[in-house]
Amino acid sequence: MIEVNSLSKYYGEVAAVENATFRVEEGTVLGFLGPNGAGKTTTMRILTCYLPPSEGSASVAGFDVVEESMEVRKRIGYLPEQPPLYGDMTVLSYLRFVAKIKGVPGGQLNGRLDETLEKTGIAHHRHTVISHLSKGYKQRVGLAQALVHNPEVLILDEPTVGLDPKQIIEIRELIKGLGNDHTVILSTHILPEVSMTCEKIVVINEGRIVGEGTPESLMAELKEGESLRAHISGPSEQVQPLLQGIDGVVEVIGESGEEEEEMIYTVTTVADQEVRDELARKVIDGGFGLRELRPLDMTLEDIYLRLTTEEVSA
Amino acid sequence: MRNLFAIYSKELRSYFVSPVAYVIAGVFLFLSGYLFRNILMQFNWWCLQFAQRSQMMGAQGMPNLNLNEMVISQFFGVMDFIWLLVVPMLTMRLFAEEKKNGTIELLMTSPVSTAQMLLGKFLACLSLYSIIVALTLVYCFILEAYGSPDWGPIFSAYLGYLLLGGAFIAVGVLASALTENQIVAVLLSFGMLLMLWLIDWSASFAGPTAAKILQYLSFIQHLQDFQRGVIDTKDVIFYLSFIFFSLFLTTRVLESRRWRR
Repeated sequence: MIEVNSLSKYYGEVAAVENATFRVEEGTVLGFLGPNGAGKTTTMRILTCYLPPSEGSASVAGFDVVEESMEVRKRIGYLPEQPPLYGDMTVLSYLRFVAKIKGVPGGQLNGRLDETLEKTGIAHHRHTVISHLSKGYKQRVGLAQALVHNPEVLILDEPTVGLDPKQIIEIRELIKGLGNDHTVILSTHILPEVSMTCEKIVVINEGRIVGEGTPESLMAELKEGESLRAHISGPSEQVQPLLQGIDGVVEVIGESGEEEEEMIYTVTTVADQEVRDELARKVIDGGFGLRELRPLDMTLEDIYLRLTTEEVSA
Repeated sequence: MRNLFAIYSKELRSYFVSPVAYVIAGVFLFLSGYLFRNILMQFNWWCLQFAQRSQMMGAQGMPNLNLNEMVISQFFGVMDFIWLLVVPMLTMRLFAEEKKNGTIELLMTSPVSTAQMLLGKFLACLSLYSIIVALTLVYCFILEAYGSPDWGPIFSAYLGYLLLGGAFIAVGVLASALTENQIVAVLLSFGMLLMLWLIDWSASFAGPTAAKILQYLSFIQHLQDFQRGVIDTKDVIFYLSFIFFSLFLTTRVLESRRWRR
C-alpha cells in the first residue's frame, strides 16, 4: 500500500531523513517510533505530498507522491501534529468543509458526516464551536477530519499527544479498530502505545531507520536479558558477591540509596530465567533486609539506546 | 468548481462570523460618510456663491456646476485612498493565518489545486469588498433625491472600483502568502500598494520611455477615466492583467514548497 524507497530529505545541509526504505501492507497499522526530531514528521509530510523528497521516491496505493500527488491526496487522511482546525467554525461545519474539499460526493455527505461523528465520539458536540472544545476533543475533531472521506490510508502524527490517560486509551482503541479497513501509519515516541496498537514498527533515529519488525520480534531481538531493581540493606561488600553468585545473574550494579546502609542494585539476568525467588531467599537467609524487588520494564529509552549503540558499534 | 466554492464560502463565512467584516464595513462607511458630507457641504457653499454672483453679473458667462465632477469624482478620489489602507486588513489573514495555525497542511494535502484554493480566497475577499463598496451607493441615491446626477459615470466608476479592488486584493493575497505573520503581511501590502499608487510621481523626473512605463503602472491613472465615465479597454486590461500576474506569483509562492527539494 505504501512504499518508501531510499527516501532522503535535506533542509539545507541538514539531513532530516536519510535513505529510508520501508513498506506498509494493506490493512496494517504501522508504528513510527523515534525521539523528537528524528524525522518522523518529515517522512509523514512527504507521504502526504506536503513536502517533496530530496532524493528517492515514495508511493501510496501505487501513485507516486510527486508525480501523481492529486491521486495520492484523494486517498489519504492526515492528522498533523497540530490538528488543522479552524477555531471559529462549529465541528459540523468544519467537517462538512473538509469533506467537500476531500471530494466526498454530495449524496454521501451527510451519511459520512454522521458516521465520522459517531466513530470519533463527538456527535453530541457537533454544534460546538471548535475553539471552545477541550484539547482531547480537538484531537478527536482532528482525527474525524482525517477520516471523513473514508480514505484508504491514514497518516497520524502523534495522535495521542497531550491527552489525558482515559482519552489516550479511547483514541488507541479507535485507531486499533481503524486497522481493519484502513492502512494506518502512526508516529509516536511512547513505546506502550506502539505495542498496544501496531502490528509493525519502524524505529527511526536521526533520520535513519534503525529497526523494523513486529513489536514482539523487535522486543525479543533487543531483549537479551531482563533487569531487576532491588533495594537491600546491608554492607555492599557482602551483598554484591551474594547477588553475583545467584544462578542466572549476569551483572550487578550497586548505587547508594536514600538511607544509610541501603543500596539499590540493578541486577541483569539471563532472558527467560526467573531469579526473583532465589534472590529473595538468599538475601533473607544472609540476614539482610529486602526492601523492594521489582522487574524493570523495557522502556523506549532502553530500546532506543540499544538500537543507537548497536548502530555505532556496527 | 466544487472545491473552489467550498473554500470560497468558508472564507466568506469566516469574515462574517468574526467581527472583521463588521468593523471594517463600519469604520469604512463612517469615514466615507463623513467625507461625503463634507464634500457635499463644500458643494453647497459653491452653489450659494455661484447663485450670488450670477445674480450680480447675470447668468451668462457662468459655467454650470457639475454634480458628478464636483461631488462624485471628488468623493471617489478620496475613497480609493481609504481602500488602500483597508484592503491589506482584509487580505492579511488569508494565507498567513492558515500557515500559523497549520491549517495550510490540511489544504495542501487535500485534493484541491493551488489555483482553486487561491481563487476561492481571492473571490471571497473581493465579494466582501464589493458588498461594502455597494453600500456607498446610498450616497448616490441621496444625490439623486436632491439633485440630478448623471448615472453613467457613476456606474463606470463603480466598475473601476471593482477592478481596482481586485488589483489591491491580489497584491494583499500575495503579501499574505509570503509570510505567516499577519503584521508583516499588512506592512508588505501597504508598501507595495503605496508604491504602485505613487509610482507615476517619479515619471516627471524620468526619461520619456521610462516615464511612459511608470505612468502606465500607476494605479490612479487608470482609475481616472472610469470616474469620468469612460470605459477604456486599455484600463480594463491593465487591471485584469495586473490581477492575473499577482495571483500567478502567489501560486508560485504557495507551490514553492512543493518544488523546493
